[in-house]
Parts: sequence; C-alpha cells; structure tokens
Amino acid sequence: MNPDDMNPDAVPLLSVHDVVKRFPGVVALGGVNFDVRAGEVHCLLGQNGAGKSTLIKVLAGAHRPDEGELRWQGETVAFNDPQAAISTGIGAIHQELDLVAGLSVAANVFLGHELSTAGFTRRTLARERTRELLDLLGHPDISPDREVGRLSAANQQVVSMARALSRDSRLLIMDEPSAVLDQDEVRTLFRVIRQLTTRGVAVVYISHRLEEIREIGDRVTVLKDGRTVATGLPVADVRTADLIELMTGRTIEYAFGPRTPPAPDAPAVLTVRGLAGAGRFSGVDLTVHAGEVVGLAGLVGSGRSEVLETVYGARKASAGTVEVDGRRLRRGSVGAAVRAGIGLCPEERKSQGLLLDQAVYRNITVSSLSAFARLGFLDEGAERARATELVEALDVRPTGVGRAVRTLSGGNQQKVVLARWLLRDCRVLLLDEPTRGVDVGARSEIYQLVRQLADRGVAVVVVSSDVEEVLGLADRVLVLREGRVVHEGPARELDEHRVLDLVMEGTAA
Amino acid sequence: MSENTATASPTGRAAGTGIAPRRASALLGSAAGRNTGLVLALVLLCLAGVVTAGDRFADVSNVLTILRLASVIGVVSVGMTFVVTGGGIDLSVGAIVALSSVWATTLATQAMARDTHWLVMVFAALAVGAGCGLVNGTLVAYGRVVAFIATLAMLAAARGLAEIISNRKTQIVDVPGFTAFWDTSPLGVPMLVLVFAVVALAGWVVLNRTTFGRRTYAVGSNPEAARLAGIDVRRHTVLLYTLLGICCGIAAVMIIARTTTGSATHGGLYELDAIAAVVIGGTLLSGGRGTIAGTVFGVLIFTTLSNVFTLNNLSISAQAVAKGAIIVLAVLLQQRLARRSGG
Repeated sequence: MNPDDMNPDAVPLLSVHDVVKRFPGVVALGGVNFDVRAGEVHCLLGQNGAGKSTLIKVLAGAHRPDEGELRWQGETVAFNDPQAAISTGIGAIHQELDLVAGLSVAANVFLGHELSTAGFTRRTLARERTRELLDLLGHPDISPDREVGRLSAANQQVVSMARALSRDSRLLIMDEPSAVLDQDEVRTLFRVIRQLTTRGVAVVYISHRLEEIREIGDRVTVLKDGRTVATGLPVADVRTADLIELMTGRTIEYAFGPRTPPAPDAPAVLTVRGLAGAGRFSGVDLTVHAGEVVGLAGLVGSGRSEVLETVYGARKASAGTVEVDGRRLRRGSVGAAVRAGIGLCPEERKSQGLLLDQAVYRNITVSSLSAFARLGFLDEGAERARATELVEALDVRPTGVGRAVRTLSGGNQQKVVLARWLLRDCRVLLLDEPTRGVDVGARSEIYQLVRQLADRGVAVVVVSSDVEEVLGLADRVLVLREGRVVHEGPARELDEHRVLDLVMEGTAA
Repeated sequence: MSENTATASPTGRAAGTGIAPRRASALLGSAAGRNTGLVLALVLLCLAGVVTAGDRFADVSNVLTILRLASVIGVVSVGMTFVVTGGGIDLSVGAIVALSSVWATTLATQAMARDTHWLVMVFAALAVGAGCGLVNGTLVAYGRVVAFIATLAMLAAARGLAEIISNRKTQIVDVPGFTAFWDTSPLGVPMLVLVFAVVALAGWVVLNRTTFGRRTYAVGSNPEAARLAGIDVRRHTVLLYTLLGICCGIAAVMIIARTTTGSATHGGLYELDAIAAVVIGGTLLSGGRGTIAGTVFGVLIFTTLSNVFTLNNLSISAQAVAKGAIIVLAVLLQQRLARRSGG
C-alpha cells in the first residue's frame, strides 16, 4: 500500500515508454511515460482533453500506439485487441459499465469465458466461484443469482470488478468509478480497492476529485496535452496547488479577442429561480442579461448539463421557475421553450442534435418549419435559400445544403446546429460543450460567432469541461459542484487555477 | 405502364431544373430512378405474364383487375409508410380493417344508412379506424408500450371484437346507394382504383410537401434530436398511428364495396402484406427514410405476381413461396443500389 513498503527497484508490473498515439489531425498522446508497481494505487490526473481516455484505451488494448512501447513485468508486449490485454492480466472497468442487465451476476462475471464442459455451462461451479469472488470483495450480500439490472450502481461496480478478477487480472484500470456513486458507496469501493492491493493487484485510478486521490492513491501521474508532465509523485507529499499548477497552462490555442461587456443596464432576458432537478441539482438561480455570456463550469456529474436541459424543458424541473422576458415557461415543455425564443445546442451533437441522414437544410429548418409553410405546405425553395444564406454566413463546408449532415466534419456539424437557432432569431442560446470534437480552426470561428450573437443582444449560456473556454468566452461564470452553485462572479476575476480549485475541492479559498 | 416509367427516367434527370410542364415527368422519372430495382422487378413480372399467359395477361380488363386488387392493400400500405418512416410499426392493420368493415355493416348502421345517406357507413368505418389508431398511438407515445406489443394487442382485440359484433357471420350489404356508387367507373377507371390513386397522391404530397411529412422524417430519423429541436414527438406519433387507422377505415370501405360484405375475416394477413410492400419499397424499418412511390411499386409487384400465378393455375402456396423470395431479392437489390449511389 504505502510506497515506502515496496521496493522501488523491483521491475514494475507495467511500464509505459514514450507512447504516442495520433488520430487524423490530432496528436492524442504525444509521449507518455509512467510505470505501475504491483500493489499500488496509481492515480492519473489531467484536464478534459489531456489524453486520459486515449491512454486507458491503449492500456486496455482498444487502441494500438503509433510509437513507444508497453512493458509487462519488463517484457515488451503489444496488444492487438482488448482480448490480448485481458489475457495478459489487465482489466478495465469503464465509466459506462459493460454489464448485461438481463443476466445474473454469475453469468456476467463469467461472460465470454464461461466455465463449461463439452459446451454445457457449469452453472453451479460458476455460482460458487462468483460467491468466492464477491466474498473476497467484501460483498457476501450480493447473490450470484441476482439479475444485474436490479443492483445498485455501486454493486454493479463490484460485479464489474469481480469480472475483472475472475480473469486473474493483475492490474485494474478504473475510469472515474466514483462519478456514479454516493459517499457510502465510495467508501465501500475504497475498502475493496485496499483489499485488492494487499493481494498485490495494481490499480490505475482516474478521478477528478482530489480528496479521493489523497485518500486512496499512492502515487500520481499528471497528463497535459497528451504528455506526462509529472510522473510517480508520492500522493502524500505533493501539494494541491502544485498539482493544479501542473494541470493548467495548456498550449491549445485560444483566440479570444477583446470583448466589451454588455451595458450594465441591459434587461434580463433569462431568469431562473430556485431551479431543481430531482437528485441532480438544486437551488440554481441564474439571470442572463441581453448581450451577456454566462459560463457554467463544473465536472462531469456536477449537474451542469442537467441545468441546461431543465431550463430548456427537456427535463422536468422538480422545483423552481424559468422566465424569458418576464414570461414564465411551462415546466417540462421543449415546445414552450422554443416558442419563447430559447435554443439548445445539446452536449451529444450526433445523438441529440442532428438528424444525421437528413440533408443539411432540413437540419437547419427543422425548428422553424411553420415559418416556411402556408397551410401546412412547405416552400422547399425558400427553405433551401435561407439555409444556403446561413451556410455561407457561417462558412460551413462543403456548402451544398442538400447533402446529408452525416458527411460533414464535427465543426461543420456544430455550425449546422447553431444555424438552426440563428434562423429562429432566438433570444436565449444554451450551448452545451459547443466545441467538443471540433477542430481548432472551427473552434475559434464558433467563439467569434457566440460573441457576435451576444453583441446582437442574445443571452448566451455556455457549459464546458474546458475551463479556459468558459473563462475566455463568458462575461460571468457560475461554478457547479455536486449539483450546487459554489461560486458566481465575473470571469475576469477568475483564473484557471481558481476554477479548478473550486471545481475539484469546492473550497472558497 | 412499365415502358412509360422506363423512358421517363433519363428525361426526368435532365429536367431537374425544368419548367412547370416538365415537372410531372421529372417527378415520375426521379421516382423510377430511385426505385430502379422495383421497376425492373415489375417489368420482369409483366414480361413473365405476357410470355406465360399472353393475351389473358395483357388485357385491359386483367390490368384493371390487378389494380383493383392492389387498391385495398395499397391504401393500407400508404398509411403504413407513414408509421414506419416515423420509426414505428403497426401489426393491427388487418384487424382494424376487419373491425371497421363489421362496424360499418351492422344491421343498425345499415338501417341508419338507408334512412339517411350511405355515407354514414363510410363515416362509421373511418371513425372506427381512427379510434383504433388513436388507441395504438396513445399506447405507444404516452403509455411507452413498445409499438410491436401495443399493436399486437390491438390485432388480437380488434379482430375479437369484430367477431363478437358480427357473431362470426358475414354481414351482407343492402344499401342500394352505396353499391351503386362503388360500381361506377369514371373515365373507365374503377372507383376503387381511383380511391387508391387519390390516397397515394395525397400521401405523397403530405409526406414530401408538408410540415407534417417533414416532421415524420425527423421523428423517425432521430426522435431525441427531433424532441430537442422543439417537435412534439409524442403528439406526432399519435397522429401517425391515427392516420394509418383512417387508411384502414378507407380500406374497410373499399373491401365492403368489392365484396358487398362486412366480415371479421376481412383483412387477413394485411399486416404482413403491407409491411412487406413498404419494406421492399425502400422504407427503412428503423425509420427516417421512406417513399410513397416505392410502396406503390411494392404493392403492384405483389399483386401482379399473384395475378400471373393465378393465370397459370399455380397454387396459393406457390405464390407465397415466390412472395418470400421476392421480398429477399428486392431488399438485397435495393441495398446494393443504395450503396452504389452513395446514399
């Protein structure tokens, strides 16, 4: 457990040397080095986009590195597929649990490597072995016959771990396991992790919550811009300020021009009072004036996307009111929000924002169909003409409005979603992760566009995991932590350190 | 007919930017162009008909028979195209046709029709169809019952109710005005065929030229994105099933007219025929893509096939086997062509 107890000279269980992974147009990992010793909890820390997920995928065999090598107990290994990583002894527990909800606990634990004789599954043996594994993990309360879909999130996590152990995993990768757990469940999880490490299993633990890392971690490695900027720091000795210092100051270019804040007497356009969403967030007050950009910062799971979706009526509020220009909106009605002049660019562009197989112009006009219709009959020529104007104004490429939106790049797809709301001349624009999956060039175009809209008097709310983006784009920032607003103030009074501090520790230092 | 569509194709493409009079041929051309496989299949079937049955097949009265047979299932299939394009499915269409036909021909309805006007029967059939569709749509959209299950339940219930009402007896129609009207053939086209043509044309206009049609594509393509774009997806789903219910009502009137009876056995296996026609017409079962023209071709292919087989004294069972083969071939061919045209 304690790094001092281990012999640092021993061959590490897994070591990563100069790993590089490129995707078309992006270098996701640009030289990663770290090693994991048997029996330790090694934490990975880094901001959104620092390369953590790519690194996990490389370790789990889902991606092949372009350069560099992995060594397992000193020997070079290459994983061609996840199966190879599993048989070597690496088990990954992903954020979205990959369990089959309709099967029993025992069936899930041995899924893909069923115990069988001559093709017949040995259910009793599987049940016994599952029982042993669950006992080992300190969970004799979970029945091997229970349907996995009926278990709590924490217990599903335990089943996932039992599955990894059933394959004799020597190294477990846990990607933000605590994001879906409450405090008691996190405590149980930590107890299980300690039991595992005493047996010599190594754990790579990814989390944004510093207090957790302090409690469970032995050493920490920090990633920034796809590189390791510090590796193997003993958790006990390193200061929080130093960790944040290491994570910040990324080199991605942000082109934020100077900005004139809105006139102080600008009227309030969007007024949210005491908004709450069952179990996700509560007591959110938010006022956005004409021409103002307000940023919402917070970790995944802090409730930031839920706030936007509730304001928009896509989720039903359990309490509170939303007003646009002083008129209260009906709860839980997207139609009412759209008619009142609110537009949303959702977090998941492909699954929530776009009709991927439909033409560009149809995606742009979908929210304004009645404006192009007389007695229900559409004027398709007018639709195409207006869509073409917007496509040219936003510089969407390629320019053909008749092609399926699926064929466009991420940045151009995002512009199509924005064009949809430009067409409506909306009063309030809600942007959830507006630049996720968008290349650098299109990103600065989107920033400019948001600024221009604000200058024209639109009230804008931006949610982003990218702290610099929130600070650069917004006039005022609200910081959310675990469903509550922990800070509100002008963006110019905040910097990246301070926001990360608020987001991760919630202290008003 | 097959010659027409085949020659219309190249001119249709050239007339893309064309002037008003050429629009119709462009329309026909693009419909044929996008459904090359179906046109080909229909042409082959007609050739087979001419070769094996000669003048008995290529006869005006035989062609009209084919069209008349295609009409009833065609109207249902047009409605089905809407529901499937909108991401749903309806297994209860045959049962709704049966229930509507029975309800419209009870002694009480017929008595009222004789006292007032035969349109009473038509209204009864449409109302019953719309009502069943409304129940289906509400269960699917607001009750969150999977469409397959909700309409399976309707299939069982509606046909059962039809049996109860009719007491399992065939109800013969004796409303002179009704029979007289449906026996007419304006311009030599049987009334049934005319109704099918009107329904298909109206369906095409609604699906391609109205906000309702556009929303249908949006809802079928990505319901969550459609919802977040401000479309009331649940209400739209109810409307889609209700529309199909009304189509079933129309089909019930047509089947009453053709057989002069109402019966709980009408519309047997219509759900399969309609879904098959829609699918071979190029409509995606997962929603978001569908054409009325494709569905019409699909219906015509099946009916022509039956006709050719009947003229050659082949059994119903042999027809069924051929039908199955055609479904598979048509879908495979459609996929190939779609991939080649990159769409």
